[in-house]
Amino acid sequence: MVDLILKAALVFAGMGVALATFQLLRGPDAPNRAVALDVLTLITMPLLVGLAVHAGRIIYLDVALVYAVLAFLGVVALARYYDRGI
Amino acid sequence: MTMPDTPLNLIGAVLTLFGSMFLFLGALGIIRMPDLYNKMQAGTKATTLGNILTLMGLGLLMPGWLPKIVLIILFVLITNPISSHALARAAHKAGLPLAKGSVLDQLREDEDAIAAFEAETQASSGKGVDG
Repeated sequence: MVDLILKAALVFAGMGVALATFQLLRGPDAPNRAVALDVLTLITMPLLVGLAVHAGRIIYLDVALVYAVLAFLGVVALARYYDRGI
Repeated sequence: MTMPDTPLNLIGAVLTLFGSMFLFLGALGIIRMPDLYNKMQAGTKATTLGNILTLMGLGLLMPGWLPKIVLIILFVLITNPISSHALARAAHKAGLPLAKGSVLDQLREDEDAIAAFEAETQASSGKGVDG
């Protein structure tokens, strides 16, 4: 039962990744793509934690944490670049 | 990895399902919303809630991992509003248009008021130097 519910959750998150990727490719201009990238990384991070639970290794949680840090820095850098250039 | 059907595991799995539904709705929101600012509020708030629910559910599945997972949740809770705020401010400063039905732009009003005030003080101080 638990495995079935977790598989359903994986399907929902996978559809979210597909929609965010579609928006990332379609987005008419740079800020729209940046928002899509933000959402895409935010959906991918729980998937990484789910991978850690699936593999049963706590060390994979560090991967998710570092991924979150880098995603945050990336979005802030994009915003700053869009604001006044590098 | 197969999980036993204990009540705690069931609660965790249901929380994970709800969280991933919110993640999906956030991704749907950035496609359906009309302009950047609406997209941002759909994409940020829904995915933050989805993140918290999903990570809490996975933490209930693995109770020994809860401290580290709470650390990740706190990090997301702090940084996600900051990044979306920076992005929205940059887009507004660059003059990205609002959607057609928008009725209020308080940041634009504030910027106009500050510009008017600065022009007025500059004009009066310039007069003072002349006099």
